[in-house]
Amino acid sequence: MQMNIRALMGASALAMFAGAGLAETTITVATVNNGDMIRMQKLMPAFNEAHPDIKVEWVTLEENILRQRVTTDIATKGGQFDVLTIGTYEAPIWGKQGWLMSLNDLPAEYDVDDLLPAIRGGLTVDDQLIAAPFYGESSMVMYRTDLMEQAGLEMPEAPTWEFIREAAEKMTDKGNEVYGICLRGKAGWGENMAFLTAMSNSFGASWFDMDWKPQFDQQPWKDTLNFYLDLMNNYGPPGASSNGFNENLSLFQQGKCGMWIDATVAASFVTNPAESTVADKVGFALAPDNGLGKRGNWLWAWNLAIPASSTKADAAKTFVAWATSKEYLALVAENEGWANVPPGTRQSLYDNPEYQKVPFAKMTLDLINSADPTHPAVHDVPYIGVQFVAIPEFQGLGTAVGQMFSAALAGSTTADQALSQAQALVTNEMTRSGYIK
Amino acid sequence: MARKTSPTRQAVVTIAAWTIGFLIFFPILWIIILSFKSEGDAIRTPLQVLMSDWTLQSYHDVQERSNYARHFWNSVIISLGSTALALVIAIPAAWSMAFVPGRRTKDLLMWMLSTKMMPAVGVLVPLYLLFRDFRLLDTHIGLIGVLTMVNLPIVIWMLYTYFKEIPGEILEAARVDGASLRHEIIHVLTPMAIPGIASTLLLNIILAWNEAFWTLQLTTSKAAPLTQFIASYSSPEGLFYAKLSAASTMAIAPILILGWFSQKQLVRGLTFGAVK
Repeated sequence: MQMNIRALMGASALAMFAGAGLAETTITVATVNNGDMIRMQKLMPAFNEAHPDIKVEWVTLEENILRQRVTTDIATKGGQFDVLTIGTYEAPIWGKQGWLMSLNDLPAEYDVDDLLPAIRGGLTVDDQLIAAPFYGESSMVMYRTDLMEQAGLEMPEAPTWEFIREAAEKMTDKGNEVYGICLRGKAGWGENMAFLTAMSNSFGASWFDMDWKPQFDQQPWKDTLNFYLDLMNNYGPPGASSNGFNENLSLFQQGKCGMWIDATVAASFVTNPAESTVADKVGFALAPDNGLGKRGNWLWAWNLAIPASSTKADAAKTFVAWATSKEYLALVAENEGWANVPPGTRQSLYDNPEYQKVPFAKMTLDLINSADPTHPAVHDVPYIGVQFVAIPEFQGLGTAVGQMFSAALAGSTTADQALSQAQALVTNEMTRSGYIK
Repeated sequence: MARKTSPTRQAVVTIAAWTIGFLIFFPILWIIILSFKSEGDAIRTPLQVLMSDWTLQSYHDVQERSNYARHFWNSVIISLGSTALALVIAIPAAWSMAFVPGRRTKDLLMWMLSTKMMPAVGVLVPLYLLFRDFRLLDTHIGLIGVLTMVNLPIVIWMLYTYFKEIPGEILEAARVDGASLRHEIIHVLTPMAIPGIASTLLLNIILAWNEAFWTLQLTTSKAAPLTQFIASYSSPEGLFYAKLSAASTMAIAPILILGWFSQKQLVRGLTFGAVK
């Protein structure tokens, strides 16, 4: 009997050790609600199979809530998350603060040199890769091929702003609720200011000169804002000052927009027959320019980063490497088709003949490669970022200026008033923050 | 004496009341309607939305993606827990303010209410640091504590108002008969204030159920209630109205049903003393 009990105890002890060997590490991943991220959650069985010792817990939140939630946690070293989904705006700021773990030690098969240089550049701080890109995007012109034909025009591959104005004028048919152009008007640093800042680059404007002096009182910004207001007031939909990405997407899908300049990711929505009434009548072109050497397209990526406070760094790195690998892209292609592969991060994807068959794939690559976050404007500027300025103050400043420009679009102020208000506000804030000596 | 009203007047008032009631309820009704539409149909004009096909696809998608039961139980635990704790603190507090007021009772009541005027985000970082150090982040206990504190001023104020309506002489008589303080509160005061306590309880459950700042900021996954379940369905890029509506309908359904069944009690409690 005693022998039996001893044997049982011995077996239990052995089982406990065996259990410890297979101990599960649970990592918490904070992410945004977009199609690519939801798709990854569906494909998790593949990760679990390869890494049975790592359990992934997802926290999906709306973008603005996520930003606030994750910022609080990382700034206070709360340690609630092991992997964060962050944008190209936060990455360099948080990297400089030392809040993110370096990913320079990812294994060789990860092939870090395959990452697109424009995207990788924005995620590198002091030669350390501080986040791995999951999906990248730029912006472009989407237009109705049937309305363009009716207007007797042909969209060039690389249109100018003047052509866009002329086409918008000819395509507008307010009686039938067809508006020549739909653009973002809703206030916010990631809404109207993303569009207007990128647009201003092509007009030769910038947020600051090399001494961090705001440039809203200069002619290029006046030209940008006046052109935008003229376009929207004459050929845009009513109530445009409250339209963001989703509102314009909805208008375009219902056939109410002749042209729409916005994120490249929209291409898959407007050409999806299940959602769009104009799916078979959409053409694409590069974002417009004014012949000054810069186009009005932006550059954005959602990236996976590991907070320096994470106590499960090894498991987190294994997950990040898997989610942003070439193998993951192939896994999505196998399960969901090439059109659903997260775009804009790896050169090898664009070299793949199968992926080259996807419409607008090449255009997305060209646009991403043409955007240079380190030299966004026609002249030299002291900041990084195409449609934003990568300084912590920009979120507040961008949204405040966005409200002024949105008010100008709504007609409650004039362009000149909005610009002088923006100049005063930004000068004041930049002086207070110590940028302007 | 009740005033006589003509049938026409009564009809007009009834129609007006129903119209106002319908208008107030309309946004919720529209959410419920959208939840049974496809994403493509949900963004069309109202008439097209109503004419389009009905589908359970969004509910299916939401069920597939999220663990509703876990969020639901977290909401139940947090709202019931914080309400119970708030009542335990608030009943004695309101008793002392109503029946043995001091010189500063009025100031104290005003001060308590004034804490509700401070924007919550103002204390986010200090509270987050405390939660981190006491290991309360993403725990039920932490959230119950915070929601108790957040709603306590309203609970005390409501109970104070109800208790003020109860004649102090009854309590005095109980004391003369030899009732201890505990007996006086539990066996004399509480039974008389049941309508008031019930409506305070219901209102506090509703407030705690719907609280969307602290529950989003202080939870991650283990203690995340239905507010986080809803927040995961809004998207800046892509269509989401139908799925968000389905998630919202699932999140508000329990509290809507609770409100429906207890509306008599709620109205009675809220108007308690109003006609005296």
